[in-house]
Amino acid sequence: MTRWLANHARALRDALDRLRHPLIPTALSVIVIGSALALPLLLHLAARNLATLSGQLDAEPQLTLFLDTNATETETEAVARLLARHPAASTVRFVTRAEALADLRTSAGLGGSVDDLGRNPLPDAFVVTGREGDPTGLETLRDEAASWRKVEHAQLDALWARKLAATVRVGRVAALLLASLLGIALTAVTFNTIRLQILGRRDEIELSKLIGATDAFIRRPFLYFGLLLGAGGGLAGLGMVALAVATLNRQLSGALLLLGGVGGFSGPAISDAAAVVGVAAGLGWFGAALSVGRHLRRFEPS
Amino acid sequence: MITIDHVSKRYPGGRDALRQVSFTVAKGEMVLLTGHSGAGKTTLLRLVAAIERPTAGTITVGGQNVSRMGNRGIPYLRRNFGLVFQDHKLLHDRSVFENVVLPLRVTGFTAREAASRVRAALDKVGLLARERDNPVTLSGGERQRVCIARAIVHRPAILLADEPTGNLDADNARNIVALLDVFRQVGATILVATHDAEAFSAAAPRVITLSAGAFVA
Repeated sequence: MTRWLANHARALRDALDRLRHPLIPTALSVIVIGSALALPLLLHLAARNLATLSGQLDAEPQLTLFLDTNATETETEAVARLLARHPAASTVRFVTRAEALADLRTSAGLGGSVDDLGRNPLPDAFVVTGREGDPTGLETLRDEAASWRKVEHAQLDALWARKLAATVRVGRVAALLLASLLGIALTAVTFNTIRLQILGRRDEIELSKLIGATDAFIRRPFLYFGLLLGAGGGLAGLGMVALAVATLNRQLSGALLLLGGVGGFSGPAISDAAAVVGVAAGLGWFGAALSVGRHLRRFEPS
Repeated sequence: MITIDHVSKRYPGGRDALRQVSFTVAKGEMVLLTGHSGAGKTTLLRLVAAIERPTAGTITVGGQNVSRMGNRGIPYLRRNFGLVFQDHKLLHDRSVFENVVLPLRVTGFTAREAASRVRAALDKVGLLARERDNPVTLSGGERQRVCIARAIVHRPAILLADEPTGNLDADNARNIVALLDVFRQVGATILVATHDAEAFSAAAPRVITLSAGAFVA
């Protein structure tokens, strides 16, 4: 067991030496891997931040029918009956002009200004929510209701929020696809880096075989190299993302505050960071294993 | 210790490197394989070290049938050998110490024990003072001695040496032969391929002559 651990410790030290010497090609590989990881991570973060934003907004589309201020009780009831029968309407809430005024007074902090008006300028209104899975129903209802007697104005709200939520879903799928593609790229980068390492160490590998090294002994430092290269790339990617997020927050802080009181673009969580580094290290190891398996067989002692 | 029994080796293209060669090497014996270039000396060493497989015949080392050994067993077989190469096979991006320590790393020695053994081996070949030097700064004779230090550092039972005195002047050749003889005296079995049997006369080895892949004497 001690010998096994010592062998692994030596392979790890060897891999660290190979990362340091030469440093520049290693650094370039780390930057390439980091960039490949940063792209889907940024997309994932953008989707998550947009999802948070759309969650803070009222994403449920609502149709508001504002009635003529001269509408009588009978005319109002007629509109209510039409709404109750309409297949696109799920719930209908009647907001009297008095309730609307009270709401305006308290929620918008316009009490003084409203009192100065002397009369209530607001109309009675119906707030209608649509049926689940029928995104176009409210649009049809809006078009129909616009021609109903005593309906002054029909306004469809929050459709954009629903579109935003759909965009977020598309963004998440895109991030996943991009991550998969760039994961293949990461594996390819590691594969090629290890290939060059093996070619550069041909004499050492052949000699090692001659003096009794097993394939596992020869393979081990390359696997650790791939693992460390991937993990280094993952950390570099996180660093790039952190930098991008900080820059974005500095530049867009004002605009983000306007969007529903969102404080800023949030960076990767610790679990995200651990997943990125872990997956990158795993892919690095995998790329190294593929490369070593393919190229080591070619080097038999001569 | 080593038994070569009717061993033949034919390369692709039909060239016979060895034809029905048989002999044995006893434990603690030094045997020279001599003959002209192309006689099959190096091929025989490569077969014993399981670098190549014979086309026919059997090679037994310490009771193990090398010619039928599976690939997984070969690294462990090779740990019983010390190999000395005419071209030294030293790594020029490592120090003398780092070159000599390689067989001990392969077999899993601790760093402390490995350092002690490397220094003892370098002391035996008279190069302890050069342990930190790069092999490219050494003369041909010194490089061959580093190669021998690497071959003996893990105290192998068998030393296989391919032209260990090739390209060396008479003094250096004499030193190398003396070193090999010392190892023979402490129990190592030594098989040497050389075209210059005269250089080994001081060690009085048994000489096997090959010609065109066949045993002559």
